[in-house]
Amino acid sequence: MSEAFIYDAIRTPRGKGRPDGALHEVTAVRLSAGVLDALAERNGLSGHAVEDVIWGNVTQVGEQGGCLARSAVLASGLDQRIPGLAINRFCASGLEAVNLAAAQARLGGGYIAGGVEMMSRVAMGSDGAAIAVDPSLAMNTGFVPQGISADLIATEYGFSRDDADAFAVESQRRAAAAWEDGRFSRSVVPVRDMNGLTILGHDEHMRPGTDMQALGALKPAFKDIGEAMPGFDKIALMKYPHLQRIEHIHHAGNSSGIVDGAAGVLIGDAEFGAAHGLTPRARIRATAKIGTEPTIMLTGPVPVTERILRAAGMQIGDIDLFEVNEAFSSVVLRFMQAFDVDHSKVNVNGGAIAMGHPLGATGAIIIGTLLDELERSGKSTGLATLCVASGMGAATIIERV
Amino acid sequence: MDFSYAVEDGVAVITWDLQAKSMNVMSMQGFADLDGLVARGLSDPDVKGIVLTSGKKDFAGGMDLNVLAKMKEGGAETIFAGVMDMHGVLRRIERAGIDPKTLKGGKPIVAALPGTALGIGFEIPLACHRIIAADNPKAKIGLPEILLGIFPGAGGTTRLVRKMGAMMAAPFLLEGKLSSPKDAKAAGLIDEVVPPEDLLARAKEWVLSEPDIVKPWDAKGYKMPGGAPYHPAGFMTYVGASAMVNGKTQGVYPAAKALLSAAYEGALVPFDTALKIEARWFTSVLMNPSSSAMIRTLFINKEALEKGANRPEAPDQKVQRLGVIGAGMMGAGIAYVAANAGIEVVLVDSTAEAAERGRAHAEGVLDKGMKRGKVTADKKAEVLARITPTADYAALEGCDLIVEAVFEDPKVKAEVTKKAEGAGIFATNTSTLPITELAKAANNADRYIGIHFFSPVEKMNLVEIIKGRQTGDIAVAKALDFVRQIRKTPIVVNDARFFYANRCIIPYINEGIRMVGEGVSPALIENAAKLMGMPLGPLQLVDEISLELGVKIAKATKAAMGDAYPDDAVDAILFPMAEKGRLGKKAGAGFYDYADGKRLGLWSGLEGDARPDLETVQHRLMMVQVLEAVRALQDGVLTDIREGDVGAILGWGFAPWTGGPFSWLDMMGAARAAEICDGLEGDRFAVPALLREKAASGATFY
Repeated sequence: MSEAFIYDAIRTPRGKGRPDGALHEVTAVRLSAGVLDALAERNGLSGHAVEDVIWGNVTQVGEQGGCLARSAVLASGLDQRIPGLAINRFCASGLEAVNLAAAQARLGGGYIAGGVEMMSRVAMGSDGAAIAVDPSLAMNTGFVPQGISADLIATEYGFSRDDADAFAVESQRRAAAAWEDGRFSRSVVPVRDMNGLTILGHDEHMRPGTDMQALGALKPAFKDIGEAMPGFDKIALMKYPHLQRIEHIHHAGNSSGIVDGAAGVLIGDAEFGAAHGLTPRARIRATAKIGTEPTIMLTGPVPVTERILRAAGMQIGDIDLFEVNEAFSSVVLRFMQAFDVDHSKVNVNGGAIAMGHPLGATGAIIIGTLLDELERSGKSTGLATLCVASGMGAATIIERV
Repeated sequence: MDFSYAVEDGVAVITWDLQAKSMNVMSMQGFADLDGLVARGLSDPDVKGIVLTSGKKDFAGGMDLNVLAKMKEGGAETIFAGVMDMHGVLRRIERAGIDPKTLKGGKPIVAALPGTALGIGFEIPLACHRIIAADNPKAKIGLPEILLGIFPGAGGTTRLVRKMGAMMAAPFLLEGKLSSPKDAKAAGLIDEVVPPEDLLARAKEWVLSEPDIVKPWDAKGYKMPGGAPYHPAGFMTYVGASAMVNGKTQGVYPAAKALLSAAYEGALVPFDTALKIEARWFTSVLMNPSSSAMIRTLFINKEALEKGANRPEAPDQKVQRLGVIGAGMMGAGIAYVAANAGIEVVLVDSTAEAAERGRAHAEGVLDKGMKRGKVTADKKAEVLARITPTADYAALEGCDLIVEAVFEDPKVKAEVTKKAEGAGIFATNTSTLPITELAKAANNADRYIGIHFFSPVEKMNLVEIIKGRQTGDIAVAKALDFVRQIRKTPIVVNDARFFYANRCIIPYINEGIRMVGEGVSPALIENAAKLMGMPLGPLQLVDEISLELGVKIAKATKAAMGDAYPDDAVDAILFPMAEKGRLGKKAGAGFYDYADGKRLGLWSGLEGDARPDLETVQHRLMMVQVLEAVRALQDGVLTDIREGDVGAILGWGFAPWTGGPFSWLDMMGAARAAEICDGLEGDRFAVPALLREKAASGATFY
């Protein structure tokens, strides 16, 4: 079997996921089509150039419903013979698209993998969820909202409010420095209107200069639903009875931002690259996914990393750089604690706390960020991983060629 | 037949009047009869509509629980078929001959409730087109099924959710909240409240008013109040309801989960499909051993004990005039509950002031009741007038029962007994002192008995009656008749250290403290207990009771047992805490920290962080109670397992979902229980011969 290579990776800037966010006026299909067109243009793809467009997207209702992947292909300049596959593994959808594409590219051909989430336009959770709403399932699995899970991780593994806030301050600092240094310039493709006018050219969610004092003023976001109505902490303690209470440390400032955005990765085997005159930037060395205990929910990056390292025959020390999605501070703090990985190797250009987490796109975004940074710093091997709702995790290891 | 049928003014009146019973209860035959009469009314061209009412002062008390027990014998298929039959009858009432396509035609059917309508007695009215209740302040209307470990399974769940929305229906379905007719009207459970004398006339008037009788859920364009599950508003309701129910029940009550599931799944489909789903979940709950155990203990056996199942043959011993000696918390509580039940009470203490303080306690309780609108000023005055506080022992003359509730000291009790014993029955309220010993101070040991009230007397419904070696039948009958008068639940046990309830609860507390000594995470100890359905963890419980009492009991037990005393490891934790002044909730410090009487977290001085697996902790905490209950039975302290189960749940809150320790043992099987205990260390987990026998033979306690 041949290998799967990454030939290109791009993303849109991330707009604030609110009605006053710059991308709020853009439809999900148009934002997606823009990414597809940019990839085709940058890489000279025309005709039936790729086998499929695999598009991650979490809230698949309304304008994001009805197999958005196929709609995006038809809205773009891509050949109509290229189909589209919409997939959902919650926050890892974009990474799962990459992993599915890689698995298929090893059998031959090229793929576009990526994803989109217009969180300002299609509300998170508006597609329903049996695990939250169906009483039998919710009770049997001990469903709690993610914020409670993040706070549970902090309680279980001993991270304080200061730990989480300090992590968030650093994410903001690194993101601002990375932008200033032009480290995203290869990947970020501005969003333009039909006239070619720029709608958004930079990440809009960032708050450079955020400090401990500013974050310290924020109230914990999940304390009320945890302790009072409807009392999710009790549910968490049923699974973690050695804990006396849940320490509520997360708030909007140390959790990922709600944003609009999209990203795409061009993947193919060696033959695909040769046929299109493209040079591979990295090989996809291994992929992995896993299910975990659903109440604490967001600890997936740890076991999925163990699993992918085993599959690749590698040690944690073999990885030069990590992208661990900053869904909540405690998720990344736990990852670094579990593997004793230094913060200097993790999310070196900031992450979703500073720049935002467009659910269906983030997995593809961090693959691009990881690849750019490996190239910039002259390093070789990187691992990207995300925690996933309902207790899952996904990971990808890439290696520069 | 339990129903009569008469046509008056063009209205068919179906009157429910169960023969030889004071309260209507439903049976399968009853449903068939009702079905036939409704069909008769619907097909009679001279009948414009139907009034369904009762020939008794109340409408109906619910389903005959023996019918449910019988259905269960046939297995899931029989239950499901039976429940679907009920749905068929109620649905024929609800559709009332309406053309399903045009929604035209049909005849109005109104439920006219003279009084209480509970369970199926309210589910039948819910299927009618209108519910009119007499303004009867004594009437209770609602669906209490959940309190018995089941849920409304004759359409009550489906209809109430569709009528009010899940959020508004929640207190009535999930908590079994009962309402007076006026409150029921305000909440939207019923449609109208009228003066009792106008009930039938108003019902007929409504029938003849050509009302619109199509139920909202049978009409076109029905929208669920408060939003269906995946509507944004409904979403939050269902997510929140699951969490609240799960947190509250700690996952051990199958009925609550089934109820919510029936509501949710039913809300996503048309009405008739929803009834089928409700029937499936209801069947699953009836088939669950927890629900039958709860029904058996908390309904059938509790009622049997209250009605005197273990009362010796003796003439009526109702108390005419009660003497209470000692106006402290227990004495004052006893005086209050007796006066509240209409008994004249002489309340004696060493000084008139102390006795008066006892009466003031009753006043305080009544004032609280007034604030909540449960007690009228007249009622308060009446109850208080029945209590005569005095320092004069001569005032006890003529009391047919005297209960002393003085300090827990044999000498003090003996003095009081000698001073006050008269011609009637003399009872001691004690939680720890052996009755046979105390009886030595009495002239008539056969008329001397122990009556153990639980604190607070106003709230705790169990009364443990203890027979000393010489206690006679009249004394037992007297105690039982007294308990019946004050509407509490009695168990009768023989005299032994700590009787029954305390005998089991002390080891529970001790096991918790013992684990603290072993370095087990205290949060794990507390949560493990709650996850088994114990209302309080052992450490919280000892804080509530007071560590001081714990120390006192430990010292007394050690003095009595000498070298055989098994709890030094417990005392090694308990005594130093008590010495530090961490005496429990009242002291503002115990195993927990407190601020202004509010419990904060576990005391940081408890350093344990060991995490044995949850199951082991739970087995220790539960088995230590259960084995003690078995020993009490084996030793003849308990003579009836029904009392063992009822007493456990009412007396110390033993995990109600189990139906009590003996029901629980039957549920898991004696062999499994013995295997669990064999795997635990310590003599306290030695399997008693009685349990070992049952394990070997496969026999059950019931």
